[in-house]
Amino acid sequence: MLKIDNLGVKYGAVSGVKKIDLLVNQGELVALLGANGAGKSTTLLAVAGALKCDQGSIVFNGQDITLYPPEKTIRMGIAMVPETRDVFPDLTTHENLKLGAFIRSRDKVGIEQDLEKMYGLFPILKDRVNQSAGTLSGGEQQQLVIARALMSRPKLLLLDEPSLGLAPAIVDHIFELILHLKNQGLTILLVEQNAVKALQLADRAYVLSLGTVATAGPAKDIASNSDLASIYFGN
Amino acid sequence: MIGQIIQFTIDALSLGSLYALMALGLVIVYGILKLVNFAYGELIMVTGYTLFLLSGSPLPWIVMAGCGILMAVFFGILTELIAFRPVRAKSVTAVLITSFAFSTLLQNAALLFISPRSRQVPLPDLFTQSVELAGVIIPLRNIITIIFAVVLLILFALLLKKTVLGIALRAAASEFRMARMLGVPANLVISLAFAISGFFAGVVGILWLGRIGVVLPTIGLEPLLIAFIATVIGGMRSLQGAVLGGYLLAFIDISLNYTLPQDLLQFRDAFTFSFVILLLVLKPEGLIKGPATGQRT
Repeated sequence: MLKIDNLGVKYGAVSGVKKIDLLVNQGELVALLGANGAGKSTTLLAVAGALKCDQGSIVFNGQDITLYPPEKTIRMGIAMVPETRDVFPDLTTHENLKLGAFIRSRDKVGIEQDLEKMYGLFPILKDRVNQSAGTLSGGEQQQLVIARALMSRPKLLLLDEPSLGLAPAIVDHIFELILHLKNQGLTILLVEQNAVKALQLADRAYVLSLGTVATAGPAKDIASNSDLASIYFGN
Repeated sequence: MIGQIIQFTIDALSLGSLYALMALGLVIVYGILKLVNFAYGELIMVTGYTLFLLSGSPLPWIVMAGCGILMAVFFGILTELIAFRPVRAKSVTAVLITSFAFSTLLQNAALLFISPRSRQVPLPDLFTQSVELAGVIIPLRNIITIIFAVVLLILFALLLKKTVLGIALRAAASEFRMARMLGVPANLVISLAFAISGFFAGVVGILWLGRIGVVLPTIGLEPLLIAFIATVIGGMRSLQGAVLGGYLLAFIDISLNYTLPQDLLQFRDAFTFSFVILLLVLKPEGLIKGPATGQRT
């Protein structure tokens, strides 16, 4: 479904990603692990079209999307949940969700149905419906941005550090949700610091180090064979 | 006494309405791009010269005014296409300079092709008539200005609150990149902001010309300055702040008009700016802070 070949992304003179090859199949949950600065978020942002690629190619469902801007990749069916969450702070929860469906604004009935679905899936958001998103807690904001991404009815969901900075109970809740989405058949590319939890959910995993793929394989093998500490701290 | 209060209120509210619309037109672009459009005042000039050029035609005045506003919208979008879009991604300095350049270009075009001297614009009788209320004479144009501003502000608020495009515009003002990742086209939002800015400039142009009756190449300078100061005291990141700042600035101006002795009146702006400085010392962020993100796009 998603095929990344020899991807390179630079921030000025510094390369965030040097050479990454990655494959995500339909219906899979693929985890992207690695230390800070390994290039995980950069890879996701490049797929979403928010960062320019300097080399390599990104192909999605047979179409080359390497040079697509973000407003085009979302129309291809790629939704992004960024690490920085990026709720629109002065918009209400409801408006944030509605904007998630921007690319299918004409489908009024479908949007109403999906809004109800999201409030069912994330009951806490229902209590915050008319509250401005900037006043929500971190966990609530995280649920809001996931729900907002789902409002576009994506084929591929890019999740960047969904558990970052959240209380353990909420982290469990978020992971349950990811599992639920996976079981519904959604294809997910997940970046996570919490490698143990991510590997429990994932089908396959890639371990990045300094902008390249260090190891890749089925999640079970990565979990049992590799020393997780070395993934994060280098050998 | 009651008459004086009415007169003061209407004076302050009508000038405030004008300032608020000016400020709103400036801040709508600032909100999205985090850049001040220095060619904003020239949009008012464009409206003025459109009225002047149409003055000989048999068109009814209201159509001329509509053309004037449309031209301001057109030039607003043109500003974006010529001065902003080519250099937007490159550097702030470049955009500042191109917007100054575009402003100078328009001013000089007016100097060259029309005249450096002021030109009379056609105005309907409505703008020169007045009504008597509680013993004081109120110019009708002041009442028209207030009504116009209130209607426009309500419509604009509804547009921002109720339409998808309005929500997208507000979203893009705080998290531009995220809005794009949800599919909001960057160029559409920016052009829309410039078009709205041009629309406000056009309306302000008509009402401003209704007060002074003539157009000249440098007519845009004062509105730009007023709009800028109003947005600074109101809070540059908030639309409500711009409106509030506009009304407050007019309130200060009119209060000084009423209270300053005759021989000090020519220094009114010095007093106004002293108040503005004092206000900024007390509230450096402006009256309304707005969302805490200021990332430039």
